Amino acid sequence: MSAQMLVQIPLLVAAGWLLARAVPARVLASVDAWNDRGITGLVLVSVVAVFWMLPRSLDAATSHPLMVAAKYLSVPLLVGVPLAVSWPRTGFVVRGFFLVEFVATFFRLGWLYLISPNRLCNNYALNDQQRLGRYMLTLGVALLVWLVWKLVWGRFESFSSTDVRTAPSPQP
Amino acid sequence: MMRGITSPRTALLRSSLVSIAVLLAGGVALAAATDGFRAFTTETARRVSVRSHPIVIPAVALENQSGARFTFTDLRGKWLLVDFIYTQCPTFCGRLGGDFAQLEQQLRDPIAQGKVQLLSVTFDPTRDSPAQLAAYLGRFWSPGMGWQAARPLTADGLQQITAAFGITVIPDQLGGFTHNAAIHLVDPEGRLVDIFDLGDLAHIRKTVLRKLRS
Repeated sequence: MSAQMLVQIPLLVAAGWLLARAVPARVLASVDAWNDRGITGLVLVSVVAVFWMLPRSLDAATSHPLMVAAKYLSVPLLVGVPLAVSWPRTGFVVRGFFLVEFVATFFRLGWLYLISPNRLCNNYALNDQQRLGRYMLTLGVALLVWLVWKLVWGRFESFSSTDVRTAPSPQP
Repeated sequence: MMRGITSPRTALLRSSLVSIAVLLAGGVALAAATDGFRAFTTETARRVSVRSHPIVIPAVALENQSGARFTFTDLRGKWLLVDFIYTQCPTFCGRLGGDFAQLEQQLRDPIAQGKVQLLSVTFDPTRDSPAQLAAYLGRFWSPGMGWQAARPLTADGLQQITAAFGITVIPDQLGGFTHNAAIHLVDPEGRLVDIFDLGDLAHIRKTVLRKLRS
């Protein structure tokens, strides 16, 4: 359970992220027209991510060949690629919101997996679920520490100008 | 010819519209994936599904605690309460057994009239011989034929019956098994029509009596 959620799925997202480099610049430029500041892309990423966070989706992804294929296709293409395309265009506030929600999800789900007396997935044992919960809480704390560190001491490559729209858009 | 640069306002408007479209499409997809936001886990999903689409249980060959052999379809004509166990289980199966012992008590009259029967099926047919099954039943109560324990006679039969009932068995680290434990209701036509939680005895009793009256 931990392996699927914390290793396999992030790797699939990373694969999609790298795939995005193969998208030709002309396509990126036309996508820009309706992906203002990357928000549309992040909405897509969030919706697909919610789907793959459902216990029954991960359960099915272990037992049904069709869902396995769906996972291997949709996570890189509908999460990794939009994320890679949209992230450089997002502003500070949107990034902050997204990252905080991301960390919060680790805490919410980690806590749920740890304390739930019922197995949420039929394909995994209860101690698998609890172990995953502990890992997720630990990861959540680590991510939070990293975020705070960055906030206090880091530099940001995103727009420093307060009006995002006057800043130059990335050149093709 | 250089493409005109979209004004920020148009880009924002267009993005908002596309985002809303994505959200709506996503909402529809999630509603479909969760049976209308009712079932987020596989276990809940199978319960929701069975209530609207009963599943016919195949004629699996079984052998009970007295060594008598029959098929699942031989039990048609009665309402069946079925659970899945293995006799070496230290935890849940004891709870399931306790529940069934109580249900046998509470449904004594319909059972005596031959309208209801309790069946415990083992998913460990190699270790759970008829003698083991009899010992399992003996732990809880001295049952009459109202409560039988049976094992599938072939590996194929085991696979068929666990698939039909939607039972997933996974080995646990202690040499035993973990499975989604529940109490299943099969109608006199041999179809799985409802699934209940352990310990939900009052509800089970009421449901069975209601079905018998109708």
